[in-house]
Amino acid sequence: MLIKRREFLKISSLATASLLMPNFLKAMTFEDSLEPNQKILVVLQFTGGNDGLNTIIPARNDIYFKERKNIAIKDSLPLNDETGINPALSYFKELHDNGELSILNNVGYPNPDKSHFRSMDIWHSASKSDEYLETGWLGRFLDEECYKCEHPTQALEVDDMLSLALKGENNKAFAFKDPKRLYQTSQEKYFKSLYDHHHDDETVSYLYQTLGSTINNAGYIFDKSKAKKTEHAYPNSQLGKDFKTVASLIKSDINTRVYYLSVGSFDTHVNQNERQQKLFGDINEAVKSFVTDMKNNGLFDDILLMTFSEFGRRVAENASNGTDHGTANQMFFISGGLKKKGLLNAHPDLTLLNEGDLLYSEDFRKVYATILKNWLKADSSKVLGWKNGVYDFI
Amino acid sequence: MIPSSLINNKHLLWRAGFGAGINQLEGLKNINVKDLINDLFKEETFTEINYETPDPEIHDSMTAPSPAEKKKEMQKINREQNEELNLNFLDKMVNSKEQMREKMAFFWHGHFASRVQNPRFNRQILNVIRKNALGNFKDLLFEVSQAPAMLNFLNNQQNKKDHPNENFAREVMELFTMGRGNYTEKDIREGARAFTGWGYDKEGNFVERPKQHDEGTKTFLNKTGNFTGTDALNIILEQKATSKFITTKIYRFFVNENVDDKIVNVLSESFYQSNYDIKKLMKDIFSSSWFYDKKNIGNRIKSPIELMAGMMRTLPMNIQNPENLIVYQKLLGQTLLYPPNVAGWPNGKSWIDSSTLMLRLQIPQIWSGLRPLDYHPKEDDDVDMGLKKNPNNLAKSFKNPNITIDWARVEKIFNGKNIEDYLIQNSGSLDMDSVKNFSDRSVKMTIINLMSTPEYQLM
Repeated sequence: MLIKRREFLKISSLATASLLMPNFLKAMTFEDSLEPNQKILVVLQFTGGNDGLNTIIPARNDIYFKERKNIAIKDSLPLNDETGINPALSYFKELHDNGELSILNNVGYPNPDKSHFRSMDIWHSASKSDEYLETGWLGRFLDEECYKCEHPTQALEVDDMLSLALKGENNKAFAFKDPKRLYQTSQEKYFKSLYDHHHDDETVSYLYQTLGSTINNAGYIFDKSKAKKTEHAYPNSQLGKDFKTVASLIKSDINTRVYYLSVGSFDTHVNQNERQQKLFGDINEAVKSFVTDMKNNGLFDDILLMTFSEFGRRVAENASNGTDHGTANQMFFISGGLKKKGLLNAHPDLTLLNEGDLLYSEDFRKVYATILKNWLKADSSKVLGWKNGVYDFI
Repeated sequence: MIPSSLINNKHLLWRAGFGAGINQLEGLKNINVKDLINDLFKEETFTEINYETPDPEIHDSMTAPSPAEKKKEMQKINREQNEELNLNFLDKMVNSKEQMREKMAFFWHGHFASRVQNPRFNRQILNVIRKNALGNFKDLLFEVSQAPAMLNFLNNQQNKKDHPNENFAREVMELFTMGRGNYTEKDIREGARAFTGWGYDKEGNFVERPKQHDEGTKTFLNKTGNFTGTDALNIILEQKATSKFITTKIYRFFVNENVDDKIVNVLSESFYQSNYDIKKLMKDIFSSSWFYDKKNIGNRIKSPIELMAGMMRTLPMNIQNPENLIVYQKLLGQTLLYPPNVAGWPNGKSWIDSSTLMLRLQIPQIWSGLRPLDYHPKEDDDVDMGLKKNPNNLAKSFKNPNITIDWARVEKIFNGKNIEDYLIQNSGSLDMDSVKNFSDRSVKMTIINLMSTPEYQLM
């Protein structure tokens, strides 16, 4: 349940009786108070460093074709005179032409780190490149927005492990691959029986709270996921299944506002085009099903699907028909409610490189700030400490 | 009533090691804590951790594979060698008699955190840390700072006269020695100049490259001179802040996350006066009466490695696919040799979210063959480089852990004992009725169920 502080104060006077209940039940009593027109964010992570130059393609740039004799994409689908999109992303081209896709080029951060793990860490925690944070940007969003929440279901990750992005100081999101399996595990009688006992000690009670919240939320998520089984067909890929899970939850009255998915691996040091095409094919089909489903249900204006990768790749191809780790990259934004559409800024300048790598021009933290402020209506400066403005495309 | 000697001895064995081994349980309540401390610090002949997977073959030009194939082969061998190091380190924690050495090495492994792909570099720094774990912090700091793994990880290979790279100097001060607030940005710049030229050669030996070294005058931590890297480390060690920072971190890890300033100040002063004698510091801690205060017992959430090693010490087991254990490390968030960053692993509550807690509670059942492992770890691109054909293959083969536990031996040891007194640090909050109801009075099920409680997560 997402309750902002001021709303909590408003509600709590009416709900004094509930203060006698265990915390998790207390939160449940507000289940129906979700505001109408709540915006939903879906984050899709391209794990492994997707090659942005073969995604959004500088179709008329000689340097591009010279540096990529073997892997340059020659049959890109045109977005404008200069730029095309990888043909495996044909549905993205459609979204673009419909005004339902915006693309921000050249996103990165100062002093880029080319280790997958570290760079992903930086994107997840929204830290500077020489700073180490133990919380993620969406986790801190939960901390900020969620007063005394015992339900971390405002943010969900479709995975067996929770990503750093969704870990806050006081609140952590919930990760699961399959609502039913999660439910079955959590409902094991032994764990439930243990939980029913009362616990005082601080650390022990933290563990029991987490256990209780897991048992309780697993049931909540499972119920919601069953409530609105999606009629729409989804591809049989893992990503298709994951999007189907997300869609069924969005259509229910669950309180979730952030969904987190990932797909990969985009680490294409060898035979890049084959692998990238396969991954894009999966993404293309899954996103197509998801967007169509959302449109059919009149929800597309309130959904924002955002993609990112921990870095892009070097401009020049390597000797194995692949690419090595690079820096700046583009991000996609898909929604029925975009304020600015299409290519939001110029394609990277291939004449201005730093030892073979693109120079970033847009800081990813400004993107996060934009989403937090304009979409999720949160206090972006508290979550990020970012003070250098926001974009106006959402 | 549980005898206080049993509570204290268990506490000591968890903090100065990885819990009581199955062999230690029998007489645990009768041993004098002083004898146990002496035992923990007893040193044997030092043995290095190694790997057996052979290094990659050197091909002659006729049969040389393509660069892509070569890269793939290299990657595979690196992964196997690193996995061996990981598992052999874990094995030391479980089976070595030198529990204090391995526990301390585990602490330093998180403190001097590096993350590189080269198994030779990993082996070298791991053994440097293990060898010096209870020695002198000065030696440890010097050897770690000159280890190719660290120089590589912190980019000091790129730290050259006229083009300084400050990463190494910054982390040495911020994370390894003094901590934030005790130096300036200028000290970092000047320190980086002192470390110019520190690097390693092709064979992975530390080298000072005179041509890359900035010989000019530096002003570093209020001293001025033509400092070298050695000078810089010595100046850092002269700072009392270094002793305070290290002692505080040790206190948080071994005693309590909530620091008692008075105690830490005394310990830190004495650590400084002893010229950074780690063994003495640790003996001081474990011999003091405050270490056994109720508030310091059972208040720490076990890290994933501590949880696993502890279970393995209590339950003698044969593991057919030891690689299996790496999957659990990944799923629980702590893979040896792969700390999240140079700041090492975060501690305490950060280990616990709904997914990791559920898995932790299920491990005893999974390892006993009562339920399958139903989770998949995320891919690690730094290790796999996108070369793994099917990311699910690994996890699939681990659904059945193929672990055989010697239950007969376990039952013999625990028969007639209050098992919770031995397995749980603080069982006051535990609902023993539930444990008993679900255990059919069998020793085996009681142990599995006790290990599946939130209380077992604490040490």
